[in-house]
Amino acid sequence: MTEPTIYELSSIGRVGVLFPEPDVPLAEFPRDLLREDLPLPELAEVDVARHFTNLSTKNYSIDKGFYPLGSCTMKYNPKINEEMARLPGFAMTHPLQPADTVQGNLALMYQMQEFLKEISGFAGMSLEPSAGAQGEFTGVSIIRAYHQSRGDIKRKKILIPDSAHGTNPATSSMNGFEVVGVPSDARGNVDLEQLRKVCDDTVAGLMLTNPNTLGLFDENVVEVIKIVHQAGGLVYGDGANLNALLGIVRPGDLGFDIMHINLHKTFSTPHGGGGPGSGPVGVTRALVDFLPTPVVAITEPATEELPPLYGFVRPAHSIGRVKAFWGQFGMIVRAFTYIRMHGPDGLRKVSEYAVLNANYLMHILKDTYTLPYDRTCMHEFVIQGSWADAPGVRALDIAKRLMDYDFHPPTNYFPLIVHEALMIEPTETESKQTLDSFVDAMLKIAQEAHTNPELLHDAPHNTPVGRLDEVKAAKDLVLCCWIPESEDKLL
Amino acid sequence: MFTPHTEMETEEMLKKIGVKSLSELFTDIPEKYRFPKLNLPAGVTEMEAKAELQEYAHANESVNEMVCFLGAGAYHHYIPSAVDAIISRGEFATAYTPYQPEVSQGTLQAIFEFQSLIANLTGMEVSNASHYDGATATAEAGVMAYHHFRGTRTRMLLAESVHPHYRDTLCTYLCGYEDVETKTVSHEGRPFTTPDDMAALVDKNTALVVVQYPDFFGRIFDFTQLAQKVHEQGALLAVVANPTALGLLKTPGEMGADIVVGEGQPLGIPLSYGGPYLGFFATKKDLVRKIAGRLVGETIDGQGRRGYVLTLTAREQHIRREKATSNICTNQSLMALAATVYLSLVGKTGFRQVAGLCYHKAHYAASEIGKLKGFSVLHSEPFFHEFVVKCPRPVDEINSELLDQGILGGYDLGIDFPSLKNHMLVAVTEMITKEEIDGFVDALSEVQHD
Amino acid sequence: MKIPENLMYAKTDEWVKVEGNVATIGVSDYAQQQLSDIVFVEVNASAGDEVKKDAVFGTLESVKAAADVILPISGKVIEVNEDLSNTPEVVNSDPYGAAWLIKLEMSSPAELSGLLDAKAYTKFCEERSH
Repeated sequence: MTEPTIYELSSIGRVGVLFPEPDVPLAEFPRDLLREDLPLPELAEVDVARHFTNLSTKNYSIDKGFYPLGSCTMKYNPKINEEMARLPGFAMTHPLQPADTVQGNLALMYQMQEFLKEISGFAGMSLEPSAGAQGEFTGVSIIRAYHQSRGDIKRKKILIPDSAHGTNPATSSMNGFEVVGVPSDARGNVDLEQLRKVCDDTVAGLMLTNPNTLGLFDENVVEVIKIVHQAGGLVYGDGANLNALLGIVRPGDLGFDIMHINLHKTFSTPHGGGGPGSGPVGVTRALVDFLPTPVVAITEPATEELPPLYGFVRPAHSIGRVKAFWGQFGMIVRAFTYIRMHGPDGLRKVSEYAVLNANYLMHILKDTYTLPYDRTCMHEFVIQGSWADAPGVRALDIAKRLMDYDFHPPTNYFPLIVHEALMIEPTETESKQTLDSFVDAMLKIAQEAHTNPELLHDAPHNTPVGRLDEVKAAKDLVLCCWIPESEDKLL
Repeated sequence: MFTPHTEMETEEMLKKIGVKSLSELFTDIPEKYRFPKLNLPAGVTEMEAKAELQEYAHANESVNEMVCFLGAGAYHHYIPSAVDAIISRGEFATAYTPYQPEVSQGTLQAIFEFQSLIANLTGMEVSNASHYDGATATAEAGVMAYHHFRGTRTRMLLAESVHPHYRDTLCTYLCGYEDVETKTVSHEGRPFTTPDDMAALVDKNTALVVVQYPDFFGRIFDFTQLAQKVHEQGALLAVVANPTALGLLKTPGEMGADIVVGEGQPLGIPLSYGGPYLGFFATKKDLVRKIAGRLVGETIDGQGRRGYVLTLTAREQHIRREKATSNICTNQSLMALAATVYLSLVGKTGFRQVAGLCYHKAHYAASEIGKLKGFSVLHSEPFFHEFVVKCPRPVDEINSELLDQGILGGYDLGIDFPSLKNHMLVAVTEMITKEEIDGFVDALSEVQHD
Repeated sequence: MKIPENLMYAKTDEWVKVEGNVATIGVSDYAQQQLSDIVFVEVNASAGDEVKKDAVFGTLESVKAAADVILPISGKVIEVNEDLSNTPEVVNSDPYGAAWLIKLEMSSPAELSGLLDAKAYTKFCEERSH
């Protein structure tokens, strides 16, 4: 059933939530500054509640089922996190309150900085970046600021392996760097020979995702980092895949200089249908002064009677602000709760079971689906969604058909270096039963691909809508359901 | 806890893989660094975690316990109960970014409705799916303007009366473009910039002019003439708007703005110590392909049923990689949903009421404070729900005394503007009663006698 | 796949038609097939501009891909095909006719010698298809 839009549901004169009448004398409005019409919908609360409840039923979600989305770490989001972020003591504090009235917030943020530093092996941490992409932007800005502070202005290149997320090259360009690609070798590692060839004194840094987007831990990572450091470059770690490394290895120990952490992946804050996320950035001691402003510090040490006083400070050579106020605080509270409940042993268990689940699926599926890099994987792996003896069936068809079996599809067509890629990341929160039923669906689909390919081409069949006409969407560009005044303003 | 495996299942799975133990799965990790001992407090149960978090929360004083006159970019408004009830639904909160439209129509239609509401509120033709917050939306306006002129215009004019955090963020974003000059425009050495100050500096090298509405100090200006002057020079005008004010005031679109951005927090999103908030970004349809971030468009499926998809994605990082003009992967979806639910609930009638209440209460407060000896309300220009008060003593001292009486005083402008020592920025919303305003005024009058 | 005999081709998949000193430029059938349904065409040049070989002068977008269009030769812009912004699908249906992108008055006709003829371009496309 097509759900009407809020404007289609609107009835002139209907009222949802009312506010009290003014209890102060009325002031005169500035007449020439008033708007004539306010084209908002008019609905009763029941209309609104039903409309959005109906919409919600059209979504797939972690609360409904399994999301084997490679590179996205769609783990279960504990409900306690939600309740904690909504505690009035957190949710009802204003970002500009005097520090002495928000010592709870500041202490929590300080502790969170310490926790993330310990987990990742870095000396400094900023909680400010709003999401992974902004964390990357922050990190690459720090690379630029570092070289500039040393007067080393000839470093104009950022090296990026061919398996990298698109955000890495985009971020480098945003920061004015030229992007130089580095190929992978036959085992899916960075090709060391090629890396040596491109490393010189014009290289500002390397952006490296490890485990990489094939789900493989680069066996030469220490050497890769050494080569870049010897050329005077810095190594940025894309923390997208940190869920494989908690208590397993600390990127800071491996020699990474900077890394962002996705609280919405590794630390279980909900994805919200595409945000809010949170992307703290960790750096080595040499780079702490370049972090975005502000960071939380102890401004007055504890005494025998009093706890320490926390406050904000500006790092000496800060790259500046990357957002207003102090970070996505509500997400920080959720992730903090998660870390507190897990402790060091629980966090290691998270990564161990994420890796166990991925290897289990990979071992069963590789008999039916081509596995281009047959090594022990980390928290995810990539298979191919096509067969020579099932022409016309593509990874996209498999992805769409999975919806009919009530699973969210895996990431497809990424990484770009694998033909017809299906990238699968089960996460640690899925049980063996869930994995086994996913395997059943994948094997059935492989069979259908050979016996009844049309079933896959037309899939999905059981969803609220079928495959949508994306060409029409891009050409007609209808981006608003209703715009006042005249029809011709409709896009 | 959150890993459901039993011991027996773990054994079965290890056997299937062909390894003896979990640690055998990690032999690719250099042994020297493998399995570090993390120095973190031991994990606790949900019950204990809750008690601990409550302790942190109790160490704060919240606006539930204080009368809040603090604004400066984050506002204490009433949030109808239905907002949180809806955004708490797991179907919305625990869904992924809607790349697979067949199983994401809930999120996609909600974003489409959000885009419609923002376009209507700002008087613009198109809106994107949202940005991280008002500051980054403002920064994205700068990035868009730079690319719109393909780098041929390199000057950005920022009114000093734009939120200082937004100005800082925009400068950070534009650092990567070495030729860009961001110029902050003041008024006779003070931060009370007027449209004329901006107009005087626009030239053929100006890509973007950024002003705020109401500005950081609460003042309202009509930017119609400024827009004309900006356009005469071929530049773009971005207006940073407070959405609540748009319930009452002429839209930036009507004034001729090319881009309208702002902070959507007042639309049903809790203060939450500064985040997560909601950046909105609206513009003209001619500029739609230059917008960073996500857009949702309407289309149909094979059976002709209406549906929604992410559209114009070929501009984005996962396709264009180093040629993309932005690295954004997400919007602030759940916050956009909160704003969509909020605006649907309060609707035309309720939203006008909220804007009117803010206006009347702020004006009452200003007129009462203006009567106090030693205090004066600056500016003769119209204002919305925020205004500047010159105080007889340092603002932090006054605020600390107000706190003793359960009042969260206004923002100390001396923090960002050295020339505005002893100046307080006072915000008044619908949450404050006349009695509480009178109490605030009484408290201020006692302060000055110290 | 059509590769007309009377045109010359660049390895970046643009075609050039030469009439006197005027060159008309578009993208090949191979390019439009690779991109699939074109939803947006943008040419960043206007009549009178002096433009140089190898410069990016336009963008084609489909739903899943975007491609830059690169100038195979230098010259002065005579005309830009404005119609395409409203009918981008013509690039798919008539790449060598109605979907021409730009007309130039050539400034260095010698540059034409660097282009491929239809036979060489056909071979070049076949190699890439494997």
